[in-house]
Amino acid sequence: MTDRLTGFGLGMRRPHYRAYIDGTAPVDFIEVISENFMIPGGKPLDTLMKARANYPLALHGVSLSIGSADGLREDYLTELRRLVDRMEPAVVSDHLCWTRIDGFNSHDLLPLPYTEEALDVVCRNIDRAQEALGRRMLFENPSSYIAFPGAMTEWEFLAEMTRRTGCGLLLDVNNIHVSAVNHGFAAADYLTGIPMAAVGQIHLAGHVRGEHLLIDTHDQPVPDEVWALYRAATALAGAVPTMIERDDNIPELEELCAELDVARAISADAAERIAA
Amino acid sequence: MSLLALQRGFRDWLVTADEGAAAALGGGPGTLVYQNNYRTALVSSLAETFQRLALWLGDEAFESAAARYIDARPPSSWTLDAYGEDFTDFVATLWPDDPEVAEIALIDWTVEQVFVGPDAAALAPEALAVADWETAVIRAVPSLLVLPIATNADTIWRALATGETPVLPERTARGGAFLVWRQGLEPVFRRAEEHERDVLAWSAAGQGFATICERLATSLGEEAAVTAAGTLLGRWLSEGMVAAVDCARLVGKGSNRSSPPLHPAPAASEARRNRGTRGA
Repeated sequence: MTDRLTGFGLGMRRPHYRAYIDGTAPVDFIEVISENFMIPGGKPLDTLMKARANYPLALHGVSLSIGSADGLREDYLTELRRLVDRMEPAVVSDHLCWTRIDGFNSHDLLPLPYTEEALDVVCRNIDRAQEALGRRMLFENPSSYIAFPGAMTEWEFLAEMTRRTGCGLLLDVNNIHVSAVNHGFAAADYLTGIPMAAVGQIHLAGHVRGEHLLIDTHDQPVPDEVWALYRAATALAGAVPTMIERDDNIPELEELCAELDVARAISADAAERIAA
Repeated sequence: MSLLALQRGFRDWLVTADEGAAAALGGGPGTLVYQNNYRTALVSSLAETFQRLALWLGDEAFESAAARYIDARPPSSWTLDAYGEDFTDFVATLWPDDPEVAEIALIDWTVEQVFVGPDAAALAPEALAVADWETAVIRAVPSLLVLPIATNADTIWRALATGETPVLPERTARGGAFLVWRQGLEPVFRRAEEHERDVLAWSAAGQGFATICERLATSLGEEAAVTAAGTLLGRWLSEGMVAAVDCARLVGKGSNRSSPPLHPAPAASEARRNRGTRGA
């Protein structure tokens, strides 16, 4: 049965598998990287099936390559559909980026130019993906280290993308902060330009400061700047399912859950303000 | 610049690290971040898949091999886990006089593939019920892979996997094979016994028990052939390597007709070139 995503969750990572299998992790939902489970069988799928029995699931992809100028891979869509049918996730998402062109796959979330041509390509690919999966998808705003000349801002691109395709947004607050610092725009402008009604999920994460740029590493606690931006986002969006991504330097589950409690408190505070 | 041209130019920058390609993207520190991300992800993926090979070669030699592989074989699969598919053949060209290197890599790769291979229930020994041994064909669990092996790489691999000091490499008898399959969710492996590789290949080709015994009899004699085949089947059943025994007519337990000591061989794939292929 497909559940609705609500509340506060975590990315399910290997050190904490046991707690998810046992159903003892105090979270409302889990998210996994889709491609890690687009496999014939074995222990990873068995683990996910067991965890899925305990928690609503979000499938988060990294290789759909929605911005590829030469379209989507049908074999990828077939495998993703198979996983979706098997796991019945509440949410299926990927990123506004491209990873593949021709026969080459970069395995990185590469930036798009925010042009009319790219918008046409992305919308055509989203239409195809949503048709193949038989459901609406969410697309996450990327963090980026290069900005190409374009006719619109990232938030204008996202707004038009959701309007044309009916897709939703996975708002990564850390990515907004990273890209805002790297490219010199105001994060507040970004938030006010986003169609908040389309936001179906929020990601929180940490980053590191490189010599020239902020790098989106998912290996640090959520920093104060990102919490502040999350507060601003929830004030605009209301209660949106929120989770923390931690992919490296993974701490004990209790530590991540304590971070998640911060998100709960901020979201509750925003809800009270909206209600008032 | 069209989107297609931009994406091909970006690909060229990642693959070649050519400064002209970076300049076409606008240059600057951002291009270096993507270049670093690209190579780091691929090296990490290879290191994760080929853990015992990395231990055998040492970090410096392994990373050098990985860097050369990345230059030679840009990734095409949508999953990073598949990126090492050609790494075994590649390291064989780097260490042509040290065949154990490629064989350790092959075991690393194969165990990873079996780990996520298709699920199938194994036939329990007590559930074996064969109506006609003349036509009985043994079907292996689909995870079974048969690898040709010419060195003691399997012994080295086990030592590396358990943190023991590995023995020196040496060549082994011709026709050796290494079997990898999954018992439930866990990959298991062992070296094939004498005749086992042949019997597995014959079974994979759809040959029945009687035919297998006839072929074994040419070297063992009739009685010893039946005993050898039966012993192999008994071992495979006890090790969870058999998915089914198919024959013209299956009957319930207890109605066997003249069953041999304990029987034939599971189907399995014969290794093709230098890589294992899935069982039948």
